[in-house]
Amino acid sequence: MSQHLRGEYDRQFAHIRDDLLRMGTLVDQSIVKALESLQKRDRPLAQRVIDEDEAINALRFKIEEACLALIATQQPTATDLRAVVAAMSIVIEMERMADHAAGIAKTVILMGDEPLLKPLIDIPRMVKLAREMLQGSLDAYVACNADEAREIANRDDEMDFLYQAVFEELLEIMASKPGSVQRATFLMWCAHNLERIGDRVTNIAERVIFVSTGDMRELNV
Amino acid sequence: MVNDNHTQKMMVRDLTFYYGPIQALSWISMEILECQVTALIGPSGCGKTTFLRCLNRMNDTIPDTRLEGEVLLDGEDIYSPGVDLVDLRQRVGMVFQRPNPFPQSVFDNVAFGPRVLGLTHGRSELEAVVEQSLRRATLWDEVKDHLSSDALELSLGEQQRLCIARVLAVEPEVILMDEPTSALDPIATLEIEELMRQLREQYTIVVVTHNMQQAARVSDKTGLFWLGELVEFDDTATIFTRPKEERTEAYITGRVG
Ligand SMILES: Nc1ncnc2c1ncn2[C@@H]1O[C@H](COP(=O)(O)OP(=O)(O)O)[C@@H](O)[C@H]1O
Ligand SMILES: [Mg+2]
Repeated sequence: MSQHLRGEYDRQFAHIRDDLLRMGTLVDQSIVKALESLQKRDRPLAQRVIDEDEAINALRFKIEEACLALIATQQPTATDLRAVVAAMSIVIEMERMADHAAGIAKTVILMGDEPLLKPLIDIPRMVKLAREMLQGSLDAYVACNADEAREIANRDDEMDFLYQAVFEELLEIMASKPGSVQRATFLMWCAHNLERIGDRVTNIAERVIFVSTGDMRELNV
Repeated sequence: MVNDNHTQKMMVRDLTFYYGPIQALSWISMEILECQVTALIGPSGCGKTTFLRCLNRMNDTIPDTRLEGEVLLDGEDIYSPGVDLVDLRQRVGMVFQRPNPFPQSVFDNVAFGPRVLGLTHGRSELEAVVEQSLRRATLWDEVKDHLSSDALELSLGEQQRLCIARVLAVEPEVILMDEPTSALDPIATLEIEELMRQLREQYTIVVVTHNMQQAARVSDKTGLFWLGELVEFDDTATIFTRPKEERTEAYITGRVG
């Protein structure tokens, strides 16, 4: 019975969800392009990642506004209400992820023509993981599936592990090779941005669990 | 609430209305867009019903009333001399607060308008119109096996949808609804609201409601009436998230009215 009585809520929420997934795709592309600009030392591409951040910010505000209008006009309750409120948090997390991608791009520009200190190994792995986590968290949101969300949040340990590995390796290089500090720091910034992206995904996973169960506990603390 | 480019269906300009010496509406201007739901809210006695009835000249029959201003339907003033009232009310239909089916069969209720206006030729054409109208009013499945039962045996919610089917049967362009759910229980209310949403694909709807949550849920545009004035008129999402007028803010947050 309830299905046909809430057509308008469903229609409006479907728009929000579509925009949210579109935003996810844009953020994913920013992360990919940021890595590519680092690998190829492509400063124009890095600049594009920075410029495209505007579009992602705009989408965030558009979605937040649509959520406010949906709450004010359709008066969602229970799971519906939590899903709309969660969408508002999720777009903020995604907007920040795009900022982290832009952070990598800014580092690429700062690096200029300096050769990389070492071949990129763990950083591409972190990117791959970040993308899988982002995609997985959005899938879990759409499916409203707390178990999927918990799995995604658990993968943040892999991210922290990779970050730790990069960190230690770079520290070692810095200690042994005087004059490498600046170039090591550039890579450290890149890795740090990716590690933060993992934390943002964990926040999204928390919101999904909240939607699905009403439980607001923090994960991975 | 996608705002594609809707064309103007009705336009009200500087409408003022008097019951004898009492001014019930002051200088109301409002554009009503095609295939949208326009909701009118405001405290009781502020002129919503009066305004609605001006849109198809239902106030003409009340003695000692006076109207100034213009009400355009597809650009033509419905108050200009020579306008055929039967034709006007076929194009601009009205659904009332309390369901008011005739004490006749379900079929005859819906067939009433087409019969009186001579819109159909022959029984099978009439049956087709009745079925289509009941389907559009989302009532067909419930009544298709009892078309000859007395309409008054239906539940109130079904009776109201029957009244909507009766209006639809004469192929209106605009449907006016005056508090169409105030006599209904919450589920029947939501059914009518969802019906309005479906109808707006094809018809232009103006609905008066004392329930502002309902206005928020069903409408594309909302107008707030206050003591015979139109205080604010805007997209429903705007009215309910960031109204411009203090009186609107006060009314929709429940701090007055
Ligand atoms: N037939 C009438 N004769 C005289 N005054 C009327 C009549 N109908 C309504 N009014 C007055 O006009 C004002 C607006 O009424 P109405 O349009 O019914 O308001 P609403 O629908 O917002 O409750 C009220 O003051 C009411 O008393
Ligand atoms: Mg009234």
